[in-house]
Amino acid sequence: MKKVQFKSNYSQYFFLAPQLLILLIFLYWPIIQTFKDAFTMQDAFGFGSQFAGFDNFLFIFSDPSYFTAFKFTIIYSFVITLITGSIGLLLAVQANKVMHGKSAYKTLLIWPYAIAPAVVGVMANYFFSERYGLLHHLFNNLWGFNWYENVFDAYIYVIIAGSWKQISANFIFFLAGLQAIQKTVIEASIIDCKSNIRRFWTITFPLLMPTTFFLIIINITYAFFDTFGIIDTTTIGAPGSETKTLVYKAYIDGFKGLDLGSAGAQSIMMMIIVLVITIFQFRYIEGKIHYN
Amino acid sequence: MKKYISSTINHFILSIGLLIMIVPIWIIFASSTHSSLFINTNGLQFFLGDNFIENYSRVLFKQSGFFNEITALKMFFNSFVMATGIATLSVITSLMAAYGLVYFKVKYATIIFWLIFITLLVPLELRIMPSYIVMSKLNLVNTFAGLILPISASAIATFFFRQFYKSIPDELLEAAKLDGTNSLRFFLDFLIPLSKTMIAAVFIFMFVFGYNQYLWPLIMTTSEQYWTVVMGLKTMYGSISDRFAFVIMSMIPPIIIIIFLQKLFIQGIFQNK
Repeated sequence: MKKVQFKSNYSQYFFLAPQLLILLIFLYWPIIQTFKDAFTMQDAFGFGSQFAGFDNFLFIFSDPSYFTAFKFTIIYSFVITLITGSIGLLLAVQANKVMHGKSAYKTLLIWPYAIAPAVVGVMANYFFSERYGLLHHLFNNLWGFNWYENVFDAYIYVIIAGSWKQISANFIFFLAGLQAIQKTVIEASIIDCKSNIRRFWTITFPLLMPTTFFLIIINITYAFFDTFGIIDTTTIGAPGSETKTLVYKAYIDGFKGLDLGSAGAQSIMMMIIVLVITIFQFRYIEGKIHYN
Repeated sequence: MKKYISSTINHFILSIGLLIMIVPIWIIFASSTHSSLFINTNGLQFFLGDNFIENYSRVLFKQSGFFNEITALKMFFNSFVMATGIATLSVITSLMAAYGLVYFKVKYATIIFWLIFITLLVPLELRIMPSYIVMSKLNLVNTFAGLILPISASAIATFFFRQFYKSIPDELLEAAKLDGTNSLRFFLDFLIPLSKTMIAAVFIFMFVFGYNQYLWPLIMTTSEQYWTVVMGLKTMYGSISDRFAFVIMSMIPPIIIIIFLQKLFIQGIFQNK
């Protein structure tokens, strides 16, 4: 906080009140409800409910489809982070080098970032449809592509749909990270190290570590939450439950299956995962790294 | 000569990147200018057809949806109201809350700080079902308030503004205090003008975030009158070329915003890091 501050008895609450009020009603109330749901068991007809302790948690841990969703979410986050990060970095390095057209490249590569995941999913849907789909035909000719029966093919479908727009975000942040590296550092390193590739890995890439770390967290958060719209417009979790993310499964169980207890327990498990990610994020943003 | 070759390689790699980003959209756009009959027999198209005006005006003005109660134009209107509401509300409440946190001695400051920032752990997707129940208890299903309020209940913007305020030198407040400026005047006359870039960046970010919402409108709008563009895409009925045209139109607002305001947006992001 600031060393110099206003001293007042009540005006700070005037400034804090609007946000706190909205948070209390539209965030804390539902969260408390989530916890209540997670620890109660409702009977099948919705007439009554009773305290259930950790039964809902034990239930999801004994449910194989929860582990399928868990496995898929981990694989999905890892692959999306890897693909979009490396393509984004590759393009950013090239864009940072060129003399002409830098801003044109930047503008043209930046805009898929703005497109909603659900819209990307609807587009991907056309490219992978049996009737019109170019990618469907291409993959089908290569190895007999069939995403609604073949898990591997379904993975390819949702990974392509999920990665496409996220390349943009990685490109923007890597490019900004590269431009923040001081010219003198690069010039000095040219004298010591003639090889371009070695110089990149020994000088530039370590200097980009803060950006890389930031993007890993951004990409993981994206794969966990924002891909909901993509899954819901492409595979809907098929084949079976193989391409359901944890968030998508919690939604299906809660909203379609009306199993509030299980959905609540799943939400709490997700909160714990997000808590871990956020602790990293906080430590990163709050402390160590400075760009100037 | 060596320099020339390496720059050619750079441009080559960048062009492949551009193709990956642009070709899918181009194909959908080109296909959206053909008649459905043509698409159904010949598949997706690379070249433009001549049904552009016909298809797009049909989608914009014809009643569609599940019960034929809404036009795409109305969906755009709904999306704009929702996105503007979310952006405005979160910018105002977050600016104020961050000010209260940074510039005042607050009793129980740590508790309030955590009360606000712990909410970053709970994205809407994690509390979707209970949120729906709360909204129906408040009679806010099928209202704009219902679409806007739960999404504005976010501390992301507060976090950005707080970081920004902390970077403003203490001397500014000292000088203002010497002049006898009170806290409201300091906020309105000094801080808000100083935060213009940040405000614009956060507004853009929240607008695009609001416009792109999919799951929440899907759940909150049982009446077609409140359908938004992004959720309408999946649910909307219509011929294949109509749907292509609607996909293309749905992207235009956020893309225009990002392209024209990219400098501001990037500046805003990096002021903070």
